[in-house]
Amino acid sequence: MLSIKNLKAGIDGKEILKGINLEIGAGEVHAIMGPNGSGKSTLSSVLAGRTDYEVTGGEVLFNGKNLLELNPEERAREGLFLAFQYPVEIPGVSTINFLKTAIAEIREYKGLPALEAKDFLKMVKEKQALVELKGSLASRAVNEGFSGGEKKRNEIFQMAMLEPTLAILDETDSGLDIDALRVVANGVNKLRSSTRSFVVITHYQRLLDYIVPDFVHVLFEGRIVKSGDKELAMELEKKGYGELTR
Amino acid sequence: MQKQNELIDQQIGGEYKYGWSSDIEMDTAPMGLSEEIVRFISKKKKEPDWMLEFRLKAYRHWLKMEEPKHWAHLDYPVIDFQKIIFYAAPKPKKELKSLDEVDPELLKTFEKLGISLEEQKRLSGVESRIAVDAVIDSVSVKTTFKETLAEKGIIFCSFSDAVQEHPDLIKRYMGSVVPGTDNYFAALNSAVFSDGSFCYIPKGVRCPMELSTYFRINAIGTGQFERTLIVADEGAYVSYLEGCTAPMRDENQLHAAIVEIVAHEKAEVKYSTVQNWYPGDVNGKGGIYNFVTKRGICLGDDSKISWTQVETGSAITWKYPSVILKGNNSVGEFYSVAVTNNMQQADTGTKMIHIGKNTRSTIVSKGISAGKSNNSYRGLVRINKGATRARNHSQCDSLLMGDRCGAHTFPYIEIKDKSAIVEHEATTSKIGEDQVFYCNQRGISTEKAIGLIVNGYCKEVLNQLPMEFAVEAQKLLAVSLEGSVG
Repeated sequence: MLSIKNLKAGIDGKEILKGINLEIGAGEVHAIMGPNGSGKSTLSSVLAGRTDYEVTGGEVLFNGKNLLELNPEERAREGLFLAFQYPVEIPGVSTINFLKTAIAEIREYKGLPALEAKDFLKMVKEKQALVELKGSLASRAVNEGFSGGEKKRNEIFQMAMLEPTLAILDETDSGLDIDALRVVANGVNKLRSSTRSFVVITHYQRLLDYIVPDFVHVLFEGRIVKSGDKELAMELEKKGYGELTR
Repeated sequence: MQKQNELIDQQIGGEYKYGWSSDIEMDTAPMGLSEEIVRFISKKKKEPDWMLEFRLKAYRHWLKMEEPKHWAHLDYPVIDFQKIIFYAAPKPKKELKSLDEVDPELLKTFEKLGISLEEQKRLSGVESRIAVDAVIDSVSVKTTFKETLAEKGIIFCSFSDAVQEHPDLIKRYMGSVVPGTDNYFAALNSAVFSDGSFCYIPKGVRCPMELSTYFRINAIGTGQFERTLIVADEGAYVSYLEGCTAPMRDENQLHAAIVEIVAHEKAEVKYSTVQNWYPGDVNGKGGIYNFVTKRGICLGDDSKISWTQVETGSAITWKYPSVILKGNNSVGEFYSVAVTNNMQQADTGTKMIHIGKNTRSTIVSKGISAGKSNNSYRGLVRINKGATRARNHSQCDSLLMGDRCGAHTFPYIEIKDKSAIVEHEATTSKIGEDQVFYCNQRGISTEKAIGLIVNGYCKEVLNQLPMEFAVEAQKLLAVSLEGSVG
């Protein structure tokens, strides 16, 4: 599904990713952990196609396509979704209208007929229930005046609506209290399937109690220095990053 | 930044859809302006003496005035009034009895603009009906639904017809809000105006349909000078729409109009404009010079006047729709979206003059600048002595796209009564790359993303427009600004 080979990237001439190698199969959940400044968010930004970052080497194949050649909207339409660490506010644009536009564009790209209004609304209802999102939030402007928890839930709601094949959760747990964390994790778990893969970026093992990963990778100074299963996350929690990265 | 600017250049090229011109036989005055031309126009229109007197008085006053060039944040060459044709009218073949006798070229012109002058067609439609007064090159071509409206006592006709058929109303109200000597461009209009629309809603009548004037400049080298007069008698209500387009021409064309609104006790007038005059090309060649005086007076107690404008066209926009709040408890509103792109310049805003007690006014202005354009908000809030407990709330937001445009705010506040409450809020923002990227990441193209973000930004104003107009305005915004990321 996603194959990253020796990916190097940086910003303003400074190299941050120094050769990332990662293979993600269909339906797998990979957690990426690492201390501040190790390159976790750079990795998610580069995969989503943020133009501030410059790719200096390596390749990324997404469902057989050269991901790095696609612009951000094409990557999204191909099925890549990024749940933002800091979701952006768009005043005056309702989440419903926003998603309607997004789905229309994705379906057109895929050569599918437009979704009927009633089917769309039915879908909104279903997916809202999934993340326990109040109906009124979807008719409010995108993320405007939302609490931290509401914003993160709204990201998962959007993910549910857009039905990606690869979802990257960029520190989705940051700023969430334990109840909100459980709701968000439940939403994600319900969306797990044999055809949908996840990359879960986090500082803390806590989230992985709820979203149990198949693989855990430790990112340090722009490289994956250790990979393992969920036990690795436990180990990290106990010993900290220090020992592993020495 | 370099890259951003390229992106803006690439995507700004929203094309002007109405740039064609029609081949219609015209009756025109000789080029230039003189007392003879004023008399010529009056004679052409078979006007009574009092009307000619009104014109001459304005003309003589205009001669003594100076073009107001020092205060507006606008830059344009001196206008040569001797190179403008002040009167151009589609040549009538004979007295028109029905639509069948109208020049088919003319009908085609309006059809192309999406405006039907055939009442039957509209009647069969499900959508709400709109009565249209179509004005081409300053002359009213056709007013629809005149008879239907007449049943309720509503007068809706061309200004010329009103001068002939309702002289008492015209004499009483014309120039009562914007005197013929008011300002340079108002005086010019008062001297040479050729037509426009007149509307009178009698006591207690709620106008059952939207009234609309559609202005089209067609002829080359001509100026357009029309005037609109709307009078809502006690307890009356009317919603009025105005639309404007013009062909693409290399030269600048002058449009200097007047709109006067009178609201008597408990009357309400809602005036909405979607202004889409030709804005000139990317390098600033051509385009309409739009110098317009719009003013309303809340004459009676508890009356209300509301201006809503979406300004996307014109090379230069100079326009301050204002309300004089004379009646106690009267309400004035101004909702505006002004978009400038490429080399366009806009200096627009409003004046709210509070005279009566408990008068309230609201100003919501949204400026959007892209390209190398300049967009200024200029507004005056004046609370006169004795206007006790008057209130005003102003909100002026500017949105910048790219780094070569300008946004300016010039608020003037004059308060002579201590009990007044006046609030002014202003913000300046840029369309964030973050916002655009967020949309992109959801599969939305940059073009569509800009459309969404801008429409969201203007929502408060667009919500004020009647339904059909709001849809048109949304599309227009998207076309004017496609993908100008900042």
